[in-house]
Amino acid sequence: MSAKGYQRKLDIENGRVDLSHGSGGRAMAQLISGLFHQAFGNEWLARCNDQSAFDVAAGRMVMTTDGYVVSPLFFPGGNIGSLAVHGTINDVAMSGAHPLYLSASFIIEEGFPFSDLKAIADSMGAAARRAGVHIIAGDTKVVERGKADGLFISTTGIGIVADGLDLSADKARVGDRVLVSGSLGDHGVAIMSKRQNLAFQTEVVSDSAALHNLVACMVAAGGSGIRVIRDPTRGGVAATLNEIAHQSGLGFRLQEASIPVKPAVAAICELLGLDPIHVANEGKLVAIVAPDLADAVLAAMKAHPLGAEAADIGEAVADERKFVQMATGFGGRRIVDWLWGEQLPRIC
Amino acid sequence: MKYADEFRDKAIAQGIARAIGLEVNSQRDYRFMEFCGGHTHAISRYALEDLLPANVRMIHGPGCPVCVLPASRIDMAIRLVDRPEVTLCVYGDLMRAPGSHGQSLLRAKALGGDIRMVYSTLDAIRLAEQAPSREVVFFAIGFETTTPPTAVMIRIAEKKRLKGLSVFCNHVLTPSAMHSILENPKIRDIGGVPIDGFIGPAHVSTIIGTQPYEPLAEQFGKPIVIAGFEPLDVMQAILMLVRQVNEDRYEVENQYSRAVTREGNRRAKEEVSQIFELREQFEWRGLGVVPNSGLKLKRSYAQFDAETRFAIHDLRVADNPACECCAILRGAKRPVDCKLFGTVCTPETPIGSCMVSSEGACAAYWTYGRVRDEPLRRLS
Repeated sequence: MSAKGYQRKLDIENGRVDLSHGSGGRAMAQLISGLFHQAFGNEWLARCNDQSAFDVAAGRMVMTTDGYVVSPLFFPGGNIGSLAVHGTINDVAMSGAHPLYLSASFIIEEGFPFSDLKAIADSMGAAARRAGVHIIAGDTKVVERGKADGLFISTTGIGIVADGLDLSADKARVGDRVLVSGSLGDHGVAIMSKRQNLAFQTEVVSDSAALHNLVACMVAAGGSGIRVIRDPTRGGVAATLNEIAHQSGLGFRLQEASIPVKPAVAAICELLGLDPIHVANEGKLVAIVAPDLADAVLAAMKAHPLGAEAADIGEAVADERKFVQMATGFGGRRIVDWLWGEQLPRIC
Repeated sequence: MKYADEFRDKAIAQGIARAIGLEVNSQRDYRFMEFCGGHTHAISRYALEDLLPANVRMIHGPGCPVCVLPASRIDMAIRLVDRPEVTLCVYGDLMRAPGSHGQSLLRAKALGGDIRMVYSTLDAIRLAEQAPSREVVFFAIGFETTTPPTAVMIRIAEKKRLKGLSVFCNHVLTPSAMHSILENPKIRDIGGVPIDGFIGPAHVSTIIGTQPYEPLAEQFGKPIVIAGFEPLDVMQAILMLVRQVNEDRYEVENQYSRAVTREGNRRAKEEVSQIFELREQFEWRGLGVVPNSGLKLKRSYAQFDAETRFAIHDLRVADNPACECCAILRGAKRPVDCKLFGTVCTPETPIGSCMVSSEGACAAYWTYGRVRDEPLRRLS
């Protein structure tokens, strides 16, 4: 990817992506080497091949893929880039796997500022380094103005899961405890606070974070007593628990008073008529754990910085109807259902 | 959360529940309708019915503007966005409201209609300013609470000479609907209206005051307690209704005195009366055609009236004949008594008004109440 002869440097400060940056020519090569390789820098990308080869350790591989179309691209606590790294790492990690490598595909709208692209790529690189994961393959496409809303990113992740560990949403059993790793709804509220027609002042920041180290601590404490771990993104904890209830053929009974929600998140949800249990998270997990190991797993979660506010919020119960129920703060009971429509489009 | 937690105190709620338990007459039933979706939401979300004695039953009323909007009005809006020059501004919960033949604004948008979800009338003004060549139509919907903002929007449009901005007016009136619940030819078919009293609207009453309910209480001999939307407000209102029933009183009482006066908000009422006038009749999903229950723009504001401007006319669309909304809205039947409930009519594919938004009686029961699974009980 070395360009021979004189080439004007990328004007990161004032320049913008144009169609030539997706055409396969020198401009594209310059964008890749000058911006993406700078941000992601690693031995695989340095070889400038169309693919990256890597050794595979013994064990089962885990693979996942996800597209990111969040609006706005920058939000309190992160941007589309860090979100694309954390989100895909988390999808790998929810199997109990150790994430290893990511690929990233960029669809960029003509006219997108280099400065924004660099900020996003840099935060992807930083997020990957912090997580100990490498971005080893990528792709760049540029589409005409109006054909994409600034930037879309797709990331694919692979990881490796230890022998004998088989977390799955059909494994919950009656009596299991329901644990969450911290306060609910932070990401969704942070995104909403920046929506053009909804802008409000809040100190709430997205919880976007890579959770694989937290998962590793939980697995060390709970082993096969951990039945299933999921990250409650779109649809919130309500959607996640309804999915698990259906896959495992049982119900859940939650205690509203035990569910951690930040006061600022609760207040904004109140204003907008939302329930935090339906609002998206990007750095939280829900774990269904055998009752005898639940305390040990909860203690391990609380000992990790990303699980400091972890809580036991309820239990799995026998229920042919597969309802997720909640004991309200008033002593009554209600159903926690899936959301019907889209609560808020394009939050991740 | 300050100013909210105070009205959600479990111990106080249980205290009121005990008082209700002590005061009810075990020899009779108490059937109260909460008119507003906001009250339905509080009752469901906090599972207040679990705190009430078995002989006190809440009937969920039609007080959700999206639920009662008939298919014909959705069809009219779709006809509007079929015009290439029109940008339609709607509140998000309207997107799924069913038109006829499975149509909805969500589908119309997918088919290329320029429909924008907005959060306030100000968004529509902004759009009209940004795109002066577009015909920006605001889908105005709601009870008396949302009418003043629409009036203000028209004032601003007039002042700023926003020639492209107009209003598709679907504002409706609460007292007329309450009247229709109690007096309507359909009532004979369902065997009467078993309602002993009403929890009256919270936000609507901040605008219109408590006075407009007085003729209703008098004419039908039903107590009405205006109440706030917090769970303690609702519990206290139920206690006040139980006392009125026990004492054979039928007065309009104001539990929500921290926000509501007898006169209401004079300035807002004045703004509304300058711009809007009564429609002779307006169709409600579930209630049918109700006389004097809707508003339209006065002739002097016809330039802002999308119905005049685009010459769209009301299309009558019949409700599904199997739908029991008419009886459910009057407390004569429960959601589970309807053959459509949970079969073809679900929150994903609502048919009747009671399923359309989460505040509708059937949707609230679907979302929050199914867990009780109590035996079906038909009231005579």
